Amino acid sequence: MALYSEKVMDHFRNPRNVGVIEDADGIGEVGNAKCGDIMTMYLKIEDDVIRDVKFETFGCGSAIASSSMATELIKGKPVAEAMKLTNKAVAEALDGLPDYKMHCSVLAEEAIQLALNDYYSKHPDKKPVEETN
Amino acid sequence: MMIYADNAATTKMSRAAIDAMLPVMEEDYGNPSSLYTFGQRAKEILEEARSQVASVINAEPREIIFTSGGSEADNQAIRSAAMLGKKKGKNHIISTAFEHHAVLHTLKRLEQEGFEVTLLDVHEDGLVRVEELEAAIREDTCLVTVMFANNEIGTVQPIRQIGQVCKNHGVIFHTDAVQAMGHLPIDVKEDNIDLLSASAHKFHGPKGIGFLYVRKGIRLTNLIEGGAQERGLRAGTENVASIVGMAAALKESVAHMKEDTDHMRKMRDLLIEGLARIPHSALNGDPVKRLPGNVNFCFEGIEGESLLLLLDDRGICASSGSACTSGSLDPSHVLLAIGRVHDVAHGSLRLSLGEDITEEQVEYLVKNVEEVVEYLRSFSPIWRRLVKGEAEFIL
Repeated sequence: MALYSEKVMDHFRNPRNVGVIEDADGIGEVGNAKCGDIMTMYLKIEDDVIRDVKFETFGCGSAIASSSMATELIKGKPVAEAMKLTNKAVAEALDGLPDYKMHCSVLAEEAIQLALNDYYSKHPDKKPVEETN
Repeated sequence: MMIYADNAATTKMSRAAIDAMLPVMEEDYGNPSSLYTFGQRAKEILEEARSQVASVINAEPREIIFTSGGSEADNQAIRSAAMLGKKKGKNHIISTAFEHHAVLHTLKRLEQEGFEVTLLDVHEDGLVRVEELEAAIREDTCLVTVMFANNEIGTVQPIRQIGQVCKNHGVIFHTDAVQAMGHLPIDVKEDNIDLLSASAHKFHGPKGIGFLYVRKGIRLTNLIEGGAQERGLRAGTENVASIVGMAAALKESVAHMKEDTDHMRKMRDLLIEGLARIPHSALNGDPVKRLPGNVNFCFEGIEGESLLLLLDDRGICASSGSACTSGSLDPSHVLLAIGRVHDVAHGSLRLSLGEDITEEQVEYLVKNVEEVVEYLRSFSPIWRRLVKGEAEFIL
């Protein structure tokens, strides 16, 4: 039995959207070297849409695959939609992760949230107004 | 091409071992405890194997107890020595921080039962200092257990000197020789060893079988109660075929030890030389006092599991001490014990060579490890920071 699904191995072997965006509108980094995982997400945002996204990851196979899949899931999507990306969605899109690797998908979710928060902190006017009932 | 470079994990069975086992399974399948001739034939085969194993390490046949492997032997050896100590009111045990878990976890259990354990420093070179060991011995020390050679970084300990110190102080000395057996000369008398654990599948024998050497006069405590097999010290019908396979594999390993290990050391040093050329890498453990086939490196800025997966794609079987390969949050306790920080320990690679390793294979290993490390660094945020000077290189 293989350790990972074919999807995970595909995203690990051929990660999508690898690299750095020099003039990124939002950057998010999570994890630390002590635990063996660091993910950095770079976002380019125009008209409230994620026009481009790139990542760098230091970590295991599932950490690299989770970052890659997460970038695919938000690329070209409205910011509001990207904000709702969950680790579960990332793991499901990868046809599942072993239990002890689920934290990799959590890192991907957190890195994107952090990058979006970074974007909002630079563009407070873009921040959606909290809906009140 | 497949290069199996994980011989510290397990080895391919030798032809000699398989050939020795088949007739025991097909023809002489009797139970050594049965009184009829057919059973006694199996008993003879069993005792012949015991003599062979004993002679390799200069022991008496009655000093060899067959076990299910290295872990069981470690458990029984340590527990037995602890029980002997307890009877005399001695509750202190000395070991090292980088033992196999079969030893460390047994010691943890004994601590819960009231024993006190001192773990010796193994320093940056992965070697125990005999004078530090001697200084740690107390009036109430009942056991010293130090591995012959480390399973991850391959460092070979000064066993004979450690044994001598233990002898001088009247303390029982156990060594986990799982990685050394069949690869290094071992003489339990000259090396002053009281208890020794070994496992067949590390020297081209079958899995699930090993042995414990017990110096005459040391009383063992049973882990498995039942019938009177192994002189009542380890119950259960003997795994005769595997025991015979183990004896044959050991005999063969020892017969070719000199030429095999000369060749492996040459290949090992070539591999170390090649991998050391990768920038910001470092060999783990002493370069000379190490197992003939062991190479263990740390590469800064990358993580071990992704390295292993990409090497697997290129037909290379290897292992790593990264947390992700162990299923825990911490990287290898061995690498931490020699002072590697977490960041670097996650990027470790162990290549353990077999006797049949060729120079072409070593070149292939170097080339592919180099390429994969470079690739993983190309999108590692840690590496980017190091290269930009935003963080300081450790290696």
